This record gives sequence, structure tokens and C-alpha cells, in this order.
Amino acid sequence: MMFETILFFAFSAVLVGAALGVILSRNPVYSALLLVLCFFNSAVIWLMLDAEFLGIVLVLVYVGAVMVLFLFVVMMLDVNLEELRKGLAGYWPLAAAVAGLMVFAILNVVVAKHLGGLALRAAPSLPAGYSNTRVLGEALFTRYAYPAQLAAVILLVASIAAIVLTLRHRTGLKPQNVGEQVKVSAKDRVRLVKMAPEKRP
Amino acid sequence: MITLTEVLTLSGLLFSIAVAGVFLNRKNVILLLMCIELMLLAVNFNFVAFSRFLGDINGQIFVFFILTVAAAEAAIGLAILVVLFRERRSIDVEDLDSLQG
Repeated sequence: MMFETILFFAFSAVLVGAALGVILSRNPVYSALLLVLCFFNSAVIWLMLDAEFLGIVLVLVYVGAVMVLFLFVVMMLDVNLEELRKGLAGYWPLAAAVAGLMVFAILNVVVAKHLGGLALRAAPSLPAGYSNTRVLGEALFTRYAYPAQLAAVILLVASIAAIVLTLRHRTGLKPQNVGEQVKVSAKDRVRLVKMAPEKRP
Repeated sequence: MITLTEVLTLSGLLFSIAVAGVFLNRKNVILLLMCIELMLLAVNFNFVAFSRFLGDINGQIFVFFILTVAAAEAAIGLAILVVLFRERRSIDVEDLDSLQG
């Protein structure tokens, strides 16, 4: 039990440190890589909270897809970083004040006396043979079958939108015209002629 | 033993860091998108924690849908960003004032 608490605090410390690195780093590539670290630590903490399926999904979807997309865009765009950081140093007191206020407000809400008996009680023990994936799947494909379909449609729309947005028609290229190529038949291309054999001079 | 208060505190810290990041990187659209991802992560922490401590699987279903929408949002946001950079050669938020007249 004690070991679990120590692990939780260790991973939380790395998580908060990496999050601070994301917002303070000078280079967007470092920010993206630190955000990957954030997601890995979050996945571990979710595993400790017995949300195994979501922990793995977080690694697969966020680290495997979203953050690779971020890294790709960061490295593809040739951005002048000095220009972007100019004049922002003066904002840190405001940022610190707002963040401090939010931490204060949130801590006031989540202290034990507002959460009732829930705050300091251990999580309810899980029945033997409990499978998080199975329970999640049963809920997702029965009660939430319709929302799951809607989520699939949202993903389809998003992927088509991303392709259409970034598609560009460049002039001066020589693309294949597949229709023309398919329409061609052999007799348009090759003409067989009959002729008498010729003598070698 | 992890308690609910600890997880909620961690989530609050994460969310506040992301809000501070929005102030500190006000010009760079890529970092603004990353801060939004951090905020969504903090919100998901709350859902997972309450789902575990109340013994209710519905919270994790919500996290599932939030992950879906966040992935879609990141894809479209980055596509818009690429088009924007192609048009303006800049991703500075302050350059996006062509509707101002």
C-alpha cells in the first residue's frame, strides 16, 4: 500500500515537471517531446487507478498518433521562434497569478470536507476476475452504441476535413489521367500491317 | 493508497499549468494547441478518478469520447495551421487580423 503511494507521487512529480517543461521550453520540439512524457506518466497513473484500457488507449492514440502529428507539423513548418517569443516575457506575472488563483480555487473545492467521506476512503475493491476492458466494452456497445457510432462519424469527418484542407493543386505537374489510361485499347496503340518480305540489298 | 483528493489535486495542478501556458505562449498556435491537449488530459483525470472511486464505469466511457473528439480536434487544428502557414508564412496569433477591416 505504501509502495503504491510512493509510486503515485513519483509519477505525479514527473508529470507536473514535464507539464511545466511543455509551457516553458524555448523549442517547440522539446515541448512536444515533454508532452509525450506527460502522456506516458498519465497512462501509468491511470493504470494505477485500474483504468487499464484507457491507459493503453492514451499511449496508442496520443503518443502514437496525435503527438507524432504535432512533431511532424512542428518540424515541417519553418517558424521563426525568436519572433514568436518577443514581448511575452512580461506576461509571466499575469500567468503565475491566474494559475495560482486557479490552484487555490481548485484546492479549496477538492479538500476533504467538501468531498464528504469520499475523499479519504480507499477506492472500492474490485471483484475477482474483474476486467476493465470487458466492463468498458459491455457499456460501450450496449448503452452507448449510438454515441459510439457518432464518435466514429466525427472521426471520419475529421480525417476527410484534414485531407481536404491540406490538399493543394499545383500547376506544372504531369499527373496520370487514370480514366484515359483505362479507356485505351490495344488496337489504338499497335497497328499490324501485312507486307511482302524485303530483300537485303 | 491513492485517495481521491490527491488525484483531483494533481488534475487541478495540471489544468492550471496549461492555463499559465496559454498566457506564456500567447503567440505560438502550436503551443496553444498543446496547452489545450494538457487541459483535456487534466479533465480526463477527473473523470477517471471519479469513475474509480464511485465504482461507476460511465466516467471512463466519457473519457473515451473525449479522447475521440480531442484527436479529431488536433487533426483539424493542425491541418488549419498548415494551411495558415502556407498562406501567411507565420503562425503568430497577432497576424490573424484580416477580418478586422
